[in-house]
Amino acid sequence: MDKFTVLDGIVAPLDKPNVDTDAIIPKQFLKSIRRSGFGPNLFDAWRYLDHGEPGQDCEPRPLNPGFVLNQERYSGASILLARENFGCGSSREHAPWALLDYGFKAIIAPSFADIFFNNCFKNGILPIVLESRVVSDLFERVVAEPGYHLMIDLPAQQVITPDRQVYPFEVDAFRKECLVDGLDDIDLTLRHVESIRAYEARRRQEAPWLFQ
Amino acid sequence: MSALTLYDKLWQSHVVRSEKDGTALLYIDRHLVHEVTSPQAFEGLRLAGRKPWRLDANLAVADHNVPTTNRSDGIADPVSRLQIETLDKNCAEFGITEFRMNDVRQGIVHVIGPEQGATLPGMTVVCGDSHTSTHGAFAALAFGIGTSEVEHVLATQCLLTKKSKSMRVNVEGKLHPGVSAKDIALAVIGRIGTAGGTGFALEFAGQAIRTLSMEGRMTLCNMAIEAGARAGMIGVDETTIAYLQNRPFSPRGALLDQAVENWRTLKSDVDARFDQEVSFDASQIRPHVSWGTSPEMVVTIDDCVPDPALEKDLVRRQAMENALVYMGLEANQPVSSIRIDKVFIGSCTNSRIEDLRVAAAVVKGRHVAKNIKQAMVVPGSGLVKRQAETEGLDRIFADAGFEWREPGCSMCLAMNADRLEPGERCASTSNRNFEGRQGAGGRTHLVSPQMAAAAAIAGHFTDLDVFQGNL
Repeated sequence: MDKFTVLDGIVAPLDKPNVDTDAIIPKQFLKSIRRSGFGPNLFDAWRYLDHGEPGQDCEPRPLNPGFVLNQERYSGASILLARENFGCGSSREHAPWALLDYGFKAIIAPSFADIFFNNCFKNGILPIVLESRVVSDLFERVVAEPGYHLMIDLPAQQVITPDRQVYPFEVDAFRKECLVDGLDDIDLTLRHVESIRAYEARRRQEAPWLFQ
Repeated sequence: MSALTLYDKLWQSHVVRSEKDGTALLYIDRHLVHEVTSPQAFEGLRLAGRKPWRLDANLAVADHNVPTTNRSDGIADPVSRLQIETLDKNCAEFGITEFRMNDVRQGIVHVIGPEQGATLPGMTVVCGDSHTSTHGAFAALAFGIGTSEVEHVLATQCLLTKKSKSMRVNVEGKLHPGVSAKDIALAVIGRIGTAGGTGFALEFAGQAIRTLSMEGRMTLCNMAIEAGARAGMIGVDETTIAYLQNRPFSPRGALLDQAVENWRTLKSDVDARFDQEVSFDASQIRPHVSWGTSPEMVVTIDDCVPDPALEKDLVRRQAMENALVYMGLEANQPVSSIRIDKVFIGSCTNSRIEDLRVAAAVVKGRHVAKNIKQAMVVPGSGLVKRQAETEGLDRIFADAGFEWREPGCSMCLAMNADRLEPGERCASTSNRNFEGRQGAGGRTHLVSPQMAAAAAIAGHFTDLDVFQGNL
C-alpha cells in the first residue's frame, strides 16, 4: 500500500447525501476478478449517458455534462468533498478501488458508512470527517473558486485551506500509523501468531463445538 | 462484575489482543465466502505465498451471479461464469468447503449459513457482504467486511477492528396480523435513518422480537445495515435453540448439551447499559412501502408519498426531489395508487420458507393482475425450494402466474440476468432501493413478502386488510 503523509490536491464536490456504493461502482463491474481498472466506471450511471458494461472502452461513451466530475475544472481532483453517510450500502471494496483508480486519495464528508470507511484505510485512501457546517462552507468555496485545492496533513491531522484556515480531524492512532507507514495489515497481524494460537487453544477448551 | 450487553459478551470472548488505541485483534469463528468479493483475496494469498489459517472455519457458495433459470446449460454470461469458476477453482486449490451451483445446498450465503447450522450463537461471523448482519439473529456477532479483510481473515483467522457503541431497539407489544419483521425493519430505518445506526451495534429486544420466528429475526437483523449498523443481534431464547437442532454443522449429543448451556447466557444482562436506546410500539407498526431511493424513504400503506416542500433541511429536500423524479412519483400521491410492473419475492432478506408460505397464502387461488409483466419467486436455497415444493407452494405460485426459480441473489442486485428495465417499477422483498440497484433506471419499492404478493394480485400496492376484505 502507498504511504499517505501530506496531500495537496484539487477538490471535487459531490453534493448529495447518502451516496451508496451501488452508485460509486454499479453491480455489473463487480464481476471482475481483479482489483484494478475500476476508475473509468466510477459513478458510471451518473457519469455517462449510456449504460456501461464491463470490458467496454469508456473513451467513446457519451458523458453526462450535468455530472460534476465531468466538468473540466475538476479534472485531476484527488480530494472528494461529499455529504453525510457517504459510502452507505454494500461492503464492496470495488468502491474504494474505483475511487483510488480514478485518482481520489482522500474524501471529506460529515459522516461515512462504517464498512466503506474501513475499506478506505485498507487501500490507502484517507476518509476525513469534518463537521457538517465546515463541509457546507467548503462546498461553497469549492463551487465559487475554480481550481480550489486543500492540503491534507495526516501526521498533523489537519485540513488546511489556501487561506491558511486549519481544520483538525480525528483518526485512530493505529489506522494513522498504517497509512503513514504504508503498512500491510496481514503482516502486522502475523507478528502475533503466538497470541492467535494461544487464543485458539483456550477457546477450544471453553467452546469445543466451535472447532468441529 | 458490571452488567454486560450481549454485544459486550460477544466482543470480550473474541479479543485476541488489543492495541493502545483500542483497536483489537478479533478472532473469527465463521467465514462465509462468495464469488464476488473473494477472487482478489485468494489472489492476494497466492501472491504472498500464504495459506488459509483454518480451513474448517470457511464455507463458500456462489450466489450473486448464478442464473435462476434452468442451470443445465451452465452460465450464459462469460464474465459471470468466469467469476464462479474462479470461486470453484480457489476453493478446490485451498481446500475450502464449497456448495457448488448444482448442489441442493447451494443458495444465498445468508440463507445457507443458518440453514446448515454453520451460524451458531456466540460466534463471530464475517463475510464479504454487508448483509452478514443477518446472522446476528442467532446471538452471533456478525458483520460485513471488504475484500482486504476477507484476505485478512483467510490468512490470520482474525480481523483488526474497534468496538462499536451499543444501541438497543426495543419493540414492545404485539404486531398486527399481516405486519411482519420486514415492516419492523422499515419502521426502524424510517425513524432513525440510514445513518442512525452508524458506529453502533444494534440489539433488537422486546416482546415483539421474542415472538418472531428465526426467519423473522433474520429479516430484521439483515436490515440492520440499512440503518447504518454493521451488526444487528438478538439474544438467545428457546426459539433459537430449537432452530439449531439437527442441522448438519450444529453440534450433537453431549457437545450440543454443553453448547446450549453456554448459549443460554448469550443475552444482555438485565441491568446492562446501552449507549443509546430507541423504542417502538409494535401495535402501532403498519405495513410499510418505500417510496424513494434510500431505505429510510418509507411510508405506510395507508399513507401518501411525502411532499419535499415540507422538508426544512435543504440537502434532504433536494434528495427527496431527486428521488421523486427518479421514481416517477408525485408528492402527496396515495401509496395505494402506485401501479407496478414487476414483483420480486426473494433475497437474503425475505426468501426463507416462512416468507414463501405467507406470500403463497396471499396469492392462493388468485392470479397476478394484467399489468404485471413479470412476477417471480426466488427461493433462498435449494433446500428452501425443495421444502416449498414438498408443501406445494410452487404450484400455488405457478397457478397464480408467478415464475418459480432456482436459488440465488437474483433481482435483489441484478448481477445475473434477472433485472428491471429502465423505468420499470417493482414491488420487491429485497433490502435496497438505491438508484439502479435492480437494473439501470429500475424503480424499487421495498415491501414484505405478503405486501409484494398482494401487490402482484392487485397490480398496485394495497392494504392487506382491504385486500383480504377485512376492512
